[in-house]
Formats: sequence, C-alpha cells, structure tokens
Amino acid sequence: MPSRLAATRTGGLAAFAAVIALLPLALNNSYFYDIAVLVGLNAIVCVGLNLLIGYAGQISLGHAGFFGLGAYGSAILSSRYGWPPLAAMFTTTAAVAALAFLVGRPILRLRGHYLAMATLGLGVIIFMVISTEDKITGGPDGLSVAPFRIGNLVLQDERVWYWVVGALLLVAVWLAQNLIESPAGRALRALHSSEIGAEVVGIDAARHKVMVFVISAVFASIAGSLAAHYSGFITPGKAAFLHSIELVTMVVFGGMASTFGAVVGAAVLTTLPQLLTVFKDYEMIVFGAVMMGTMIFLPRGVVPSLALLLAPRRHDAGGGEPGV
Amino acid sequence: MQYLLTGLTVGAIYALVALGFSIIFNASHVINFAQGEFVMIGGMAAMSLAASGLPYFVAIVLAVAAAALVGLLLEKFAVEPARGASVVTLIIITIGASIFLRGLAMLVWDKNLHAAKPFTGDTPIAFAGATILPQSLWVLGVTLAIVLALSWFFGRTLLGKAMLATSYNPLAAQLVGINVRMVLFASFGLSAALGAIAGILIAPITLTSYDVGVMLGLKGFAAAILGGLGSGVGAVIGGLALGIAETMSAGYISSAYKDAIAFVIILAVLFFLPSGLFGKRGGERV
Amino acid sequence: MKSTQARMSFARRLAAIVASLALYTGVAAAQEPIKIGSFLAITGPAAFLGDPENKTLELYIEKINAAGGVLGRKLKLIAYDSAGDAEKARTFTKRLIDQDKVDVLIGGSSTGETMAAIPLAEAAQMPFISLAGAVVIVEPVKKWVFKTPHTDRMACEKIFVDMQARKMSKIALITGPGGFDKSMRTECLNVAKKHRIEVVADETYGAGDTDMTAQLTKIKNTAGVQAVLNPGFGQGPAIVTKNYRQIGIKLPLYQSHGVASKEFIKLAGSAAEGVRLPAAALLVAESLPASDPQKSVVVNYKREYESRFKSDVSTFGGHAYDGLMMAVEAIKKVGGTDKAKVRNAIEATHGYMGTAGVVNMSPTDHMGLDLTAFRMLEVKGGNWTLVK
Repeated sequence: MPSRLAATRTGGLAAFAAVIALLPLALNNSYFYDIAVLVGLNAIVCVGLNLLIGYAGQISLGHAGFFGLGAYGSAILSSRYGWPPLAAMFTTTAAVAALAFLVGRPILRLRGHYLAMATLGLGVIIFMVISTEDKITGGPDGLSVAPFRIGNLVLQDERVWYWVVGALLLVAVWLAQNLIESPAGRALRALHSSEIGAEVVGIDAARHKVMVFVISAVFASIAGSLAAHYSGFITPGKAAFLHSIELVTMVVFGGMASTFGAVVGAAVLTTLPQLLTVFKDYEMIVFGAVMMGTMIFLPRGVVPSLALLLAPRRHDAGGGEPGV
Repeated sequence: MQYLLTGLTVGAIYALVALGFSIIFNASHVINFAQGEFVMIGGMAAMSLAASGLPYFVAIVLAVAAAALVGLLLEKFAVEPARGASVVTLIIITIGASIFLRGLAMLVWDKNLHAAKPFTGDTPIAFAGATILPQSLWVLGVTLAIVLALSWFFGRTLLGKAMLATSYNPLAAQLVGINVRMVLFASFGLSAALGAIAGILIAPITLTSYDVGVMLGLKGFAAAILGGLGSGVGAVIGGLALGIAETMSAGYISSAYKDAIAFVIILAVLFFLPSGLFGKRGGERV
Repeated sequence: MKSTQARMSFARRLAAIVASLALYTGVAAAQEPIKIGSFLAITGPAAFLGDPENKTLELYIEKINAAGGVLGRKLKLIAYDSAGDAEKARTFTKRLIDQDKVDVLIGGSSTGETMAAIPLAEAAQMPFISLAGAVVIVEPVKKWVFKTPHTDRMACEKIFVDMQARKMSKIALITGPGGFDKSMRTECLNVAKKHRIEVVADETYGAGDTDMTAQLTKIKNTAGVQAVLNPGFGQGPAIVTKNYRQIGIKLPLYQSHGVASKEFIKLAGSAAEGVRLPAAALLVAESLPASDPQKSVVVNYKREYESRFKSDVSTFGGHAYDGLMMAVEAIKKVGGTDKAKVRNAIEATHGYMGTAGVVNMSPTDHMGLDLTAFRMLEVKGGNWTLVK
C-alpha cells in the first residue's frame, strides 16, 4: 500500500512538473504569462488553504488577511525602508506565522460557522487596519512596490516569474503531499472525521489544528509577498473579505482534500473572469451561474468528482477522501 | 443618547437580516450567503414599483412577494439539487447565487443609487437631546412586530412548529411525518420575505442600489453568530448589540475603526461563549 | 506585330493587376481601425465613475465613426471592466497592451487602478490618459501618463478659497473610506495652513455605512467649528448630508467634486439645500452666461449624453469625453498612431476647451487645468447654481 501511494504521489508530482514545463508552449505573449503567474500564486495559497479546509476539516473565511499581511509586510519593508526583498519576505513570513500561532489557539477552539465567523472577523480587522493606517500602507489608493531583487539580479519579466512561481508551486505541492502522508497528516484526517474520536486515541487536536492553521497562513503570506513584488502595486483589496471568499471557492470548487484539486480550482477561477469578459454586462450572472452549476453537479469539487467518474470501481481511492 | 438611538436603528436592521439567517440555518444547517440580496431585492423592487406609479403600499406587498418568490426559486433550483452535499459546498452555492442575483439586479434595474420615500415623512423627532427619524421608529416598530409575529408562528402554528422540530432533529421530524423538504422550501421563502421587509424599511434612510446586499448580509451574519445561530432571540439581540457597539465605538473611540472594534467584540464574545450568546450549547455526538 | 501587341497588352494587364493589388493593400492597411483601449470601473463601488465614462466613449466613438472616422480609419473601442480593482486593472492593461495591441489607453476610473497600470504603460511606451483624480498620477510627471480630471488638491484649494471669503478658519472633516476620499483628505490637510484653515475635528465613516449621526454628533459637540467638509463619493455623502440636517447642524456643509451630479441632490433630497462644492461647469451648463467660452462645449455634451442615455450628465463622463477628444486631436495632428509622436502631440495640447475647462499641457504639467476650471456651485431650490 505505501509503495503504491508513493508511486501515485511522485507520479502525480512528475506529471504536474511536466505540465508546468510544457505550458509555455501555449503562452503566446506576456499577457498569457501574466495570467499563468497569477494562477500559480493563487494555487500556492489554495494548496495551503486546502490543508486546512479539506484535510483538517476546518474553515477560514479570512485567509486573504494573511495574504494581505504578506503582501504589505514585504512591500513596506522593501519599498519604504529599503530592506532587501528576500529579508523582508522572510521577516514578514515569520511575523505572520507568529500571528497565526497566537490567534490560532483561541480561534480554533470554535467550531463550524462560529469558526467561520471568527476567521472572517480576523480577516476584516486586518483589512481595516491596512486601509486605515494610510501613512504606512498608502491606504485604499495603494502602495507601489519595488521589484524583487536578490543582490543585483532583478526579477521583473513575466517569463522569469513564471518559472520562479512554477518551481515554488511544485515545492508547495510536494510539501503538502508530504504533510498529508506523514503521521501528522494522518492525525489531521482523523481530526476531520471526528475530533473527539481523535482525542480519544491520543491525538492532541488543538496542537494539530494550530499547526495546520499556521502552515496555511505561511503559504498565504509567502504568496502574498511574491504577488506584491510581481504586481508592483498593491491595494488593501488583497486582504478583503471578497478575496477570502474567492480563495475558499477555489479550494472547494477544485475539490477539497485534493491538492491538485486546489491547483485546478485556482486555475479555473483565476482564468474564468478573463474568459467571461466577452459577456460584458452579463459577466456577473454567468459567473454566479457557473459557480452554482458546478457545485450542484460536481458537489465534491471538480477533481474528485471527475476522478470518481473516470474510475468508478476504484474503492481504495488513495490520497484520502475523508467522509466530508 | 444619539448614539444609542442610532445604534438601535442600525441594530434593528441587522436583527432582521440575522433572523433571516437563523431561520434558514434552523431548517437546513446552511448559511445562506444570498440573504443580503433578499434585502436588496426588497428595497429595489419597492422603489422601482412605487416609481412606476403604484401606490406605495401595493409596491411594498409586491416587492415582498417578489423576494419570497426568488427565495423559493433559489431553494428549488440551487439548494435542493445539492442536498446531500457538504456544508461548505452549500455555502459556495449560496455565494454563487448571491453573485448571480447581484448581476441580475444590475441588469433589471441599474447600477445607480436610489432614494426611497420614507413612510411618514422626513422631519426628525427630538427625543432626550437627540433626534430620531420617523422612519427609524418604523424600523424599530416593525421589527418588534415581526419578532412577536414569529414567536406566535413558531409557537402556535403547525408549520411553525414543524420548522422548529426540523431544526432540532431532522430525522426525528421526518419520522413523525413532517415533510422536511417542504419545511426547507418554506423557510427560504420566509427568510426572503423577512430580508425584503428589512430592505424596504431601511431604503428611505440609507438609499438602495444593486449592491447594498453585500455589507448588510455580512453584518447580519455576524449578528446571527453573535447571538448564537439558530436562536431567533439571539439573532435579534445580536443585531441590536452589534448596532449599538458600532455606533458607540464610532462615537467614543474611533470612527475609523468602528467596524474593526465591532468584530473584536464579536471575537471576544465567541472566545468566552463559543456558541454565541444564546446558541445551542448542545453536546456533540461522537 | 501580333506578338508585340500581345506583349504590350499583357504588360498593361500585369501593370493593372499590380497596381490594383498595391491599391488594395494600401487601402486595407488604411482600413485598420485605430484601437482605443480602456479599462474602467463599469461595475462595483466606483461604477458611477466608470459607467458614464464607458457610455461616453461608446457614444462619441460611434459619432466619430459615423462622420467618417479619423484619418479615414474607424475607431475601435476595446473596453474591459476592472470594477474598481487595481489588480484587475493591471491584468487588463497588460491584455490591452500585449494581446489587443491598442494604440492609446484612455481609462483608469480610480486612482488605485491608474497607479497599478502606470508602470505597464511606461514600460510599453504607450500613451495613457487617466480619468482618475489624485494628484500623485501627474506629480511627479511621468512621460507617458496624462490625466483629464481636476486633482483633489485643486478641489481643496477651491473650497478653502471660498471658505476664506466667508471668513471661516476652523473646520471639521468627515471622510469616507475610499481612495478618493482619503487622498482628498490628505491633500486638504496639506494645503490647509496655506489658506489659514485649521482642522479641529477629523472623523471618518466606513464602506456601506448607513448612519453617520454618531460622527456628526461628535463634530457638533466640538467647539469652534465653522464649517464641515465631506471628502467622499457614492452613497456616503448623501447619507452624511441627510444626517447633517437630521441632527440640526446649521453650519455650512461642503461636499467634494466626487458628488458633483444631479444624482446627489436626488439622493439627499431637501437636506442638500445650501450645500456647496467645486465642480466643472458641466453641471450648470445652461445657466452659464453666453459669453462663457466653455458654454458651447458643455451644452453640447450634456445634450448628446442626456438624449442618448436618458439619464443625467455626469462630470466623470465629461472627463472621458475630454480624454477621447484630446487623443483624437493628437492622432489627427500626427497623421497616424505612432505612439511617441502621439504622446508628444498630447503633451503639446494648448487651448483645448473641454468639459472640465481649458487645457494647457506642458512637459511639466500633464493635466493642464487651472483653478478657473473649477466653479463653486451651491444647491438652491433643488438645483445646482453658480456661486458668484
């Protein structure tokens, strides 16, 4: 069993790496590369968020807050105070991890919709602080961000960013897969099925929940820092409630408890608005209808539902499909 | 005093929206993120129907009916087909529905802000050194009336009692012959009607447009959670508390952070009372 | 004999074919439309900016095409809805530059959206006329970026000049949550000292707020306040105005040019009486004296817009009109769409009379308006009137 799982895992990872390597053949101009980079950044956040929502069975309606903190932390330190971007990013990530740890413990004692509300509140508070302290953050009009620099190497071209983000996404997916297969990951899945049951067998629920919360916050923060340098300009909207909802939608849409599902969700929901511009006035209606339709007909999300359709007789779906 | 009066008015609106959340949650354990859009539909429909010449009262009735219809359609076509799905999936469906409804509203009406006529005029009433608009009195009065009506409904009528029973234990309710699907269907219609009434009541004070639903829905959800999901009384108290907390923060602490402070308060309450003020503190079946 | 004749007629035919091919390709090239790229906040919280801007661009591009186009070529509008989101604006700008390959950019309804797009326009050397308000767009001057609306700083100065004339020196601010609101507040605080104005109270309200009586009560209870200024746009200022009258504040209320529209009067109702704000002459087009040099431009635009769209004219739509006209003028002057030449032509705009005022651009001034472009208006009898 473990060897088959390992094979599926590395097989999937290798296939994914191949996709990333071959995709540029389809990308004609820097606009397409731009979309690909945005997909990659969203995917990093979603892979982390999926660990929290899909595997640990928690929920967060405020994850854009961590993304925004990552973005603003990096931006302010590097652009206003002249720190080297790499140092700024690491410091910011550490700070966000600390915040997630401090806040996570009390928040994760809540369940279900109450947890949703608490994370939502956290996200809103972060958003309000960013919006209001305009002396440091530039307020709602936003902040210009210096491009990413390592020594004398400036990262500016979309194509270069594509490879950087693609590599980081592979790393993120690999980390996530490793976590899921590890004892900690199994503990998380046990938690998801029944928190009390898990505690009965000796799993420290609180510790594991906080751990995965912090990990997903770190993923979001790093993605946020990169996004800030890539776009060259950030606004508080990155930390807004709407963005949090978008992220959760990507995870659920793509398929919870499926790392590649999270990537697919990010890809579809990032590119969809670009495709829907043809609808002009009807864009919102079509978007809403697509969301509803997909969740109604593919309730487990795209990837797991398709997997079920394609392999109906595989009863031992490796990789975990805990009873949702 | 002004802060208190304003807080009560704002709070009453949140309370009505929160009640809508509570009722649907009771019947289905689903949070309907499209609740805010019902508020929007109520206000916009009433305003446009009245502008087209109908007497205001008729416009109100039609608007509420229209919103209720939308609620029923939403349940029939979006929620019912996905009934076995997980809670998160249902949440995404309702979010998709709210986007859809907003897009539709943008086309049916327009993107502008609209003023609605107050029920009984515009002159503020002085009260203990502060002023309150006559429309605010309407908001408070109607909210009170609705709360009383709902408690009668849930306590005395068969449908109401069936809805309550379903919220406690859907399986048991089915076993005693309650048509749970009907209950779900009716709860959406009822919540939509409530939301619409809230929208109609506040449109004269706050102006209405195709996207008023977003913020109000969010605050209503927060109020419902604060009061404890599933408790009607909780929803009302939660709404009023949220409204007062907001205006007090604006008045005494910092108007820039008043929303943040309100959320901090909610987080604090949840920390000590993980099921909200009046939420069901039930045990969890292993 | 026969062969020479045959050769000659063959040569003639060949020449005719080559000539017609050349003519055809020449004509085909000339038929290439001039692409105007635009990203606007057509939906979302800044829709009252982007929607009239989009309508204006569509309307006038249609009219220009009906009259024969520009240099014999049709204008083609490629517009995307950025919904007030800076990230979307950035992506759409990339799309317009790299995918749609437009000739000029006219857009960016809000400052955030504009600022996100500026680095891309500069890098691609694409002339970009912004329709947003904040002064940071043209200060410091960026080679390829211009703007048509008045800056928020100008609005503050116009208001402060009016306040000084009314002998006021202590005022209160109540500001909304948006970029426009906060930017204007910053500018007002910056220039207040120069005009001997002291800000003694400084309140804010949030997005989607439905009641500002708490903040206004605080202002009412502050000693020495002689007037109140509300930088904001959207529904906030209308509610502030209604609340203002509700709690009985008798002091003069100033709004920003963000609510310079008939809409505002409709929304605020009778509470709007006496409210003053700086605005383009467009709002009072008909009541301008006949000698006013701006009168014909604004009256025409107002008539065209209102008869086509059956809704009140908006100063923001006017900014799009000005942007389009200046771009078209530049293209005509240059005789083509060479981006560098068009940029130079836009920068050399002189004496252009637009809906916002007379425009005189220069290498150090990429906006070109001065304080005369703003008129001080007051609501009297439910309508906008000029304050003499």
